[in-house]
Amino acid sequence: MTRTELVREGARGGRASRSRRLSPALLLISPSIILMLLLFAWPMVAGILQAFQSPDGLGLDHIERMVGDGQFGPAVRNTLLLIVVLLPVQFVLAIVMALLLHQRPKGQGLYFYLWAVPIAVSDLAAGLVWLAIFTDNGYLNSALSTIGVGPVSWLSYTNPTSQFTAILVAELWRATSLVMVIVVSGLQGIPKDYDEAANVFGATYWTRLRHVWLPLLKPSLQVALILRTILAFQTFAVAQALTGQDFPLLVGETYRFYTALQNPNVASALALVVMFVSMAAAFLYLRVLRDGTKGAAR
Amino acid sequence: MSTLAPSRTEQSDDVPVDLRPLRRLKRNRLLLQLACVAVSLFMVVPFYLIAVAAFSSPAAMNEFPLRFLPTAFSVETMSTFLSSTGVGAGLINSLIVAVGTLALSLVVGAPAGYAIARYVFKGRDQYQLFLLFTRALPIVVLSVPLAELFLNVGMYDTPLAVVLLHTALTLPTTILVTASVFLAVPVDVEEAARIFGCGPLGAFGRVVLPLALPGISAASIFTFVLSWNEVLGATILTLNQRTLPATVLSSLSDSPLTFRFAGGFFLIVPALIFIAVMRKYLINMWGTTIR
Repeated sequence: MTRTELVREGARGGRASRSRRLSPALLLISPSIILMLLLFAWPMVAGILQAFQSPDGLGLDHIERMVGDGQFGPAVRNTLLLIVVLLPVQFVLAIVMALLLHQRPKGQGLYFYLWAVPIAVSDLAAGLVWLAIFTDNGYLNSALSTIGVGPVSWLSYTNPTSQFTAILVAELWRATSLVMVIVVSGLQGIPKDYDEAANVFGATYWTRLRHVWLPLLKPSLQVALILRTILAFQTFAVAQALTGQDFPLLVGETYRFYTALQNPNVASALALVVMFVSMAAAFLYLRVLRDGTKGAAR
Repeated sequence: MSTLAPSRTEQSDDVPVDLRPLRRLKRNRLLLQLACVAVSLFMVVPFYLIAVAAFSSPAAMNEFPLRFLPTAFSVETMSTFLSSTGVGAGLINSLIVAVGTLALSLVVGAPAGYAIARYVFKGRDQYQLFLLFTRALPIVVLSVPLAELFLNVGMYDTPLAVVLLHTALTLPTTILVTASVFLAVPVDVEEAARIFGCGPLGAFGRVVLPLALPGISAASIFTFVLSWNEVLGATILTLNQRTLPATVLSSLSDSPLTFRFAGGFFLIVPALIFIAVMRKYLINMWGTTIR
């Protein structure tokens, strides 16, 4: 409405008034563009130079050091494993939570609040919360001891599976809320007519879920999926808080090379790896998003 | 009502009413409540446990098994945490950084949001795509080269360096949220103000801003929490001027468990307040900003 009016006005006024229309907008957005380029493009270039620096000009010394490091392989594997296992579980849980709220249970306002709270919890704090539960003298072992199950060292490096599970549960707890809120807002955007029509024709709950809600939720789910994928590549402080360096992840390795090993060049190289993987995902994100909106009813 | 009641009893006397659908309905409502309670427990119990851990005496936290009820209530763990070296200064730095980020991203972001909402300009779509793209990038990962750059210009280890990084992190969201807020303010009221003699700035300040203020403050609180929560960039860009999460992260390996539990609880408190204040806006923010 407002936009079309302005366009019409600009067209009526001819060339001179249109250029007067253009300049305030550019004036208003230019500070943001300058700031983003300064804080994104500049360090990006500097980071590439830093990573490919070598005693004699440019070289692959730091890349070799990065790939040759014993923790690099496990870090890549753990990061990918975390994404592959976490995201499906997270999405199923988030969709179930959103569907439960959609059924309007008594006290749904309270439930929504309780389920949304972890959205604002930092990954470091989430790691520390679950540390209280999983640590050797923690609450999980305390609970197990009352039914006579001996203490288990959940976070010890000798138990990589339980380490992984602990990080998985902490991430599931912290980040599922975000997906849930996106799905809830997607469900609210679905016109009630579709559901009512399906109901009139006698569709069961499962049929409606499969053939009405899920297809209409697709755009929301795609957005949430790619957003979470990119965020999951940055998982870091949860693992630091729970297992220290015992469970290497890519961003955690950046941190280790920068602080403990004081090697900013390799840290930059690792940062670039994370950066490029995320960029690839972001391109995918935009592509999928466009296709998604093209296919949607709007 | 009165005519219905007897006929119902009459019916139940003669033909047995099929109560199965009713029972099924009741059973489903019960299952729904059970499922909701189960999910709530998963979400709430960790908060409860970290609160108990943070407010138990250190001696009680050394016992095994731990107490699940706050019977050993004491503020000793929390007061030890708050008086440890670096925590007070970290708290002040965190507040400076978060408020600075909030201010800078509003000053730079709100005009851009207004431009998206009110003007049609060349490259508008590209600009929005650029925002979506930068929003999806892990800008924090760039803090390693940024640290080098800040070292060269003498800005390393200052709250300003962290403010700049956090602004880059929050700016795309701020722009998109403020754009949706300004879109919701009818353009008619702005035009009316202009007709009655306001300049463009006057119309903005007297009419648009008051109407947009609730949404803008919601975006600000969100910015504050993002900055408060960010830990990797803050740790890499500082050495002595650490923010609170950076202090906690860098002392993880050599601090007692009670310190970490107290830190975990303390870092969560703003989150609880945030969601309590923002409950109404959550769906709008995530629903509208992401597309």
